[in-house]
Amino acid sequence: MSSSTDAAPRQRPGGLGNPGGDRSAGRGGLTAQRRTRLLGLLLLLVLVGVAATLSIAVGSRSIGLGSVWQALTDPGVPTEETVIVRELRVPRTALGLMVGMALGLAGALAQGHTRNPLGDPGLLGITSGASLGVVLAIYLLGVGTPAGYVWFAFAGALLGTVLVFALGSAGRGGASPVTLALAGAALSALFYALVRAILVSDTDSLDAFRFWVVGALAGRGADVAWQVAPFIVAGLLLALVNAPALDLLGLGEDVARGLGQRVWLARAVGLAAVTLLCGAATAACGPIAFVGLVVPHVVRAFTGPSHRWLVPCSGLLGAVLLLLADVVGRVVVRPGELQVGIVLALIGAPFFIALIRRRRLAST
Amino acid sequence: MTVNTATTTLPRAGTVRLAAESVSLAYDDRVVVRDLDLQLTDGSFTAIVGPNGCGKSTLLRALGRLLRPVGGQVLLDGHAIQRTPTRDVARVLGLLPQTPVAPEGLTVGDLVARGRHPHQSWLRQWSRDDEAAVAEALTWTDMADLADRPVDELSGGQRQRAWISMALAQGTDLLLLDEPTTYLDLSHQIDVLELVARLHAERGRTVVVVLHDLNLAARYAQRLVAMDDGRLVASGAPEEVLTEQLLADVFDLEARVVPDPVAGTPMVVPVRRLR
Repeated sequence: MSSSTDAAPRQRPGGLGNPGGDRSAGRGGLTAQRRTRLLGLLLLLVLVGVAATLSIAVGSRSIGLGSVWQALTDPGVPTEETVIVRELRVPRTALGLMVGMALGLAGALAQGHTRNPLGDPGLLGITSGASLGVVLAIYLLGVGTPAGYVWFAFAGALLGTVLVFALGSAGRGGASPVTLALAGAALSALFYALVRAILVSDTDSLDAFRFWVVGALAGRGADVAWQVAPFIVAGLLLALVNAPALDLLGLGEDVARGLGQRVWLARAVGLAAVTLLCGAATAACGPIAFVGLVVPHVVRAFTGPSHRWLVPCSGLLGAVLLLLADVVGRVVVRPGELQVGIVLALIGAPFFIALIRRRRLAST
Repeated sequence: MTVNTATTTLPRAGTVRLAAESVSLAYDDRVVVRDLDLQLTDGSFTAIVGPNGCGKSTLLRALGRLLRPVGGQVLLDGHAIQRTPTRDVARVLGLLPQTPVAPEGLTVGDLVARGRHPHQSWLRQWSRDDEAAVAEALTWTDMADLADRPVDELSGGQRQRAWISMALAQGTDLLLLDEPTTYLDLSHQIDVLELVARLHAERGRTVVVVLHDLNLAARYAQRLVAMDDGRLVASGAPEEVLTEQLLADVFDLEARVVPDPVAGTPMVVPVRRLR
């Protein structure tokens, strides 16, 4: 027999009523869950629009909506206000969108691959590697601008992931969630020790580094956005490709392999995606915590454990969260600004505690 | 269907579907199975039995290409299983590890749908065939009413049914099950084995199952394979394999073997542990 379909299929009532419907659920009967997911996706798309609009319209300097609209649509004589909107707010919003999306996607992938609800891209040695790269760039080469940090942060992130993956898959049985997490924790400790050793011995490096390390969108121009954009797009594509494989890996490696999934390939694609996404985000804005950790948990509440929905929706919510946190940071201490990394920690920590208290953390 | 061959005929009864050829299996340097030969014919129902640590689960993993032999090879329909594309294998051979765990919140329907993965590709996503196979698997295992329930909220017996339903939706000729009755009470053990036996009898599945309970193994399987310390020590009909001598040699158990009053198959009545 070629498949179990050769016998006359006994259909459940309504079971075939939705051909080509929800591929992740695979069954038309699941209309309630399908509706929830579609509504959630729609809401997220609207929120992305709202957050992007706010990010362009609201800043430490009040600019009327009319002037904002004029700046975006009228290519006429530049005024101070239109320059602020075009040269500062639009690139900053674009960067916020990309970085937030990257962090959300990376968080969903990291939690899926480690099968650890507390999984975070930082767990895989990416953030610590990027930090080390930036510190070395400042200390050894005297690099001093965010655009200059990008490549070093990226190189550090890549080094971190490759080492974590190599260490994590060294033992018998290859890379497993546990060995990856352990290798990531050990390597992060080592990288941070090196970072501190340099910072303690060199005050100039410390001064430059401390502005990078809080995580901010401010002061990053369009050049930084363009630098990291190709990597984030590539990471996005890999993340979407990786999502169905994560659904199989979630059943355990043996089951996944039994269903014909090449586990090493899925792990390699996932790790490449996380490195590209989190590496690019960290390179552009410094380490930003909580987005990758919190976002997948919120999204899972309406998508369930299906990564085909969870991964893209986490990207959207990540963008929303980062943009809104950045907007909040611009208005709370006017005319100054609070860096987005600090805002996220201030909002994120209590929010995460509430989340843990409200419902048992779903394992991925 | 056969893997990677041009043959158009269905396997005849008695054809060897899955074979271990002087297979040696090891974890790192620790050899668990040594030089083992085993042939599994089309439409057979085989139970692998043996004491804890004898290598029976390890052998099953190798038969399901989850473990690469350090010596010898496993043949699926005459082709080295490790050299066959894993997705092609997955269309012919399905397997369930011991006590698989579903992610929290995953519904029965979603779990069973994931069994269709080997039949899908980037070009051919969810199809009517998949839809029908899932619906049929759910109906067949009596899980249709529970399709929208999360797997982790089910009882142990229902959960095992859900996983078997997934393996059924996979639509493979061969099915390897590693201790599918672990942690189940006796009536649910019977329930699961009845289901597996129906898969064999009514759907013509070739079944290999690792079992701890000798009496249940003797009742449901056509053939018992007894292992001890990584070697195959006996193989044949339950009456031939399950002898008082074998129980003493392999299980260090003094026991009477009497006919099962219900099924007539051999039944082990333990007396005491030897040594």
